[in-house]
Amino acid sequence: MPDSRRPRQVFKNLAAKIAAIPMILTATVVFVGGTLWTVLYSFTDSKLLPRENFVGLAQYERLWSSSKWIISIQNLFIYGVCMLVLSFVIGFVLAALLDQKIRFENTFRTIFLYPFALSFIVTGLVWQWILNPQFGIQGVVRDLGWENFTFDPLYNPDIVIYGILFAGLWQSTGLVMCLMLAGLRGIDEDIWKAARVDGIPMWKTYLFIVIPMMRPVLITTLVIVATGIVKVYDLVVAQTGGGPGIASEVPAKYVYDAMFLSQNLGQGFAASTMMLLAVIIVIVPWAYLEFGGRKRHG
Amino acid sequence: MASTAIDYAGAPAEPLPQELAGPRGARPRRLLSRRNIFLYGTLTVVAIYYLLPLYVMVVTSLKGMPEIRVGNIFAPPLEITFEPWVKAWSSACTGLNCDGLSRGFWNSVRITVPSVILSIAIASINGYALANWRFKGANTFFTILIVGAFIPYQVMLYPIVIILREMGIYGTLTGLVLVHTVFGMPILTLLFRNYFASVPEELFKAARVDGAGFWGIYFKIMLPMSLPIFVVAIILQVTGIWNDFLFGVVYTKPDVYPMTVQLNNIVNATQGVKEYNVNMAATIITGLVPLIVYFASGKLFVRGIAAGAVKG
Repeated sequence: MPDSRRPRQVFKNLAAKIAAIPMILTATVVFVGGTLWTVLYSFTDSKLLPRENFVGLAQYERLWSSSKWIISIQNLFIYGVCMLVLSFVIGFVLAALLDQKIRFENTFRTIFLYPFALSFIVTGLVWQWILNPQFGIQGVVRDLGWENFTFDPLYNPDIVIYGILFAGLWQSTGLVMCLMLAGLRGIDEDIWKAARVDGIPMWKTYLFIVIPMMRPVLITTLVIVATGIVKVYDLVVAQTGGGPGIASEVPAKYVYDAMFLSQNLGQGFAASTMMLLAVIIVIVPWAYLEFGGRKRHG
Repeated sequence: MASTAIDYAGAPAEPLPQELAGPRGARPRRLLSRRNIFLYGTLTVVAIYYLLPLYVMVVTSLKGMPEIRVGNIFAPPLEITFEPWVKAWSSACTGLNCDGLSRGFWNSVRITVPSVILSIAIASINGYALANWRFKGANTFFTILIVGAFIPYQVMLYPIVIILREMGIYGTLTGLVLVHTVFGMPILTLLFRNYFASVPEELFKAARVDGAGFWGIYFKIMLPMSLPIFVVAIILQVTGIWNDFLFGVVYTKPDVYPMTVQLNNIVNATQGVKEYNVNMAATIITGLVPLIVYFASGKLFVRGIAAGAVKG
């Protein structure tokens, strides 16, 4: 729009500038200011209240020598990798099945997506109940006669994170399916016709033609799912509370606990800065691919 | 026009998919072919898996405790009782309060309603300014806003505590409403900006020639023709804010805890005998609002989700 601007024009378009004040404040004060503040104070020894006594990387050294943090990172890694792979595979298969000109498509889609409308708290609590060893799946199977059947992920430190994964997948695969379905519907029908004329089997068409064409959707979905994974917090709080012991801790919970329960702000700041770093590692290559790639087209 | 606002990522720019209708793929065949059995069989099994937790929640909440102790969580109730629902709503305990989830419910209403209104008002006007009244530097702030949406909330939790404390609204509903407005801004602004940018420029110019200003055009032209996008935004915000836990637990005090926080406190309370039926009734009640929004809104909900996948 208007590009040539003269000095007095601060007052031109004033209404728009006023309308943008909340955005400007949010962007500068909260997002940029808040982030810089946290990163800066992660180098201090703040305890109950933030204070400017800088101690270098001491908080980070403590962080990485804390077993709770190490377990949090391991859990996030397991949860993240499984979540990405499984939600993509299941989401894509469901989307592909729904894309087969089936009846009741809307019904199926509504069923697959409804958990996404529920909060992680509700999700966590339902699965806590279903996985309850005494009354849940384990109890039911034992009552059927398999006395030694064991399925108690929430009470077994070695596999508790998979119990959470179960609930997480239930909640968010529908979203992946929905995005993938939108992607599939964006593929030109002529592609399918051409592939059929050439006698290419369906699975090959999907794998070598359709999926590569869906790259933008796949990348967007990847970013959405990945940032969601880093933030995972409520689900753990509701389902296990980090237990048994500290077996299902995650970084977001570590941050909350340090800041608001154990009055150890410096640790919380350092841990949240590490989370930021993780997100940057995910986002930067994406932004590069996305926007670096766009430049090529002008 | 309405449908061009949101462009599904990856879809070619102009021929927008007729929402998600109009299936493609292989041509239809006989009803009971092996392919169909496999297809519908798989979908049905998966659908049952997805519905199971909802079913378990409902049947558990309708049983008495003795029946739960001896029975099977998948079995339908022998004797239907609404006692757990009543108890969950009006007398379940969290800490010192024993007035049930109703307190949390009304808190959530008092949080969600102003948050939704405020965040959508600010974001729609902001999106309109960005789309139609661009000024120097606007895009820089907008880019920061969008990039900021990817920053983990944990990074900004404490600075916001300080800001709210300085403003004297830490621990109050007002503070939480402000937080929801701030964190709803990126996605909503993006949504509205893209929508308003798709409005034909001639319309905007004609209004300018007729002497309409910033607010005139917003209220008389943009607002009336953008109802669908407002509905999408409302769905997005109502479910998002209702389901929030983190902000509720950080920025409010026990008296004004939203429903999700209170629910978690009720169910995960360490003292007392676990009343699974009351817990499940409380869980359903909490999930009811977003579920109703979801089932009532149908395809608009899907559009709201796809909005998350828009590319600016």
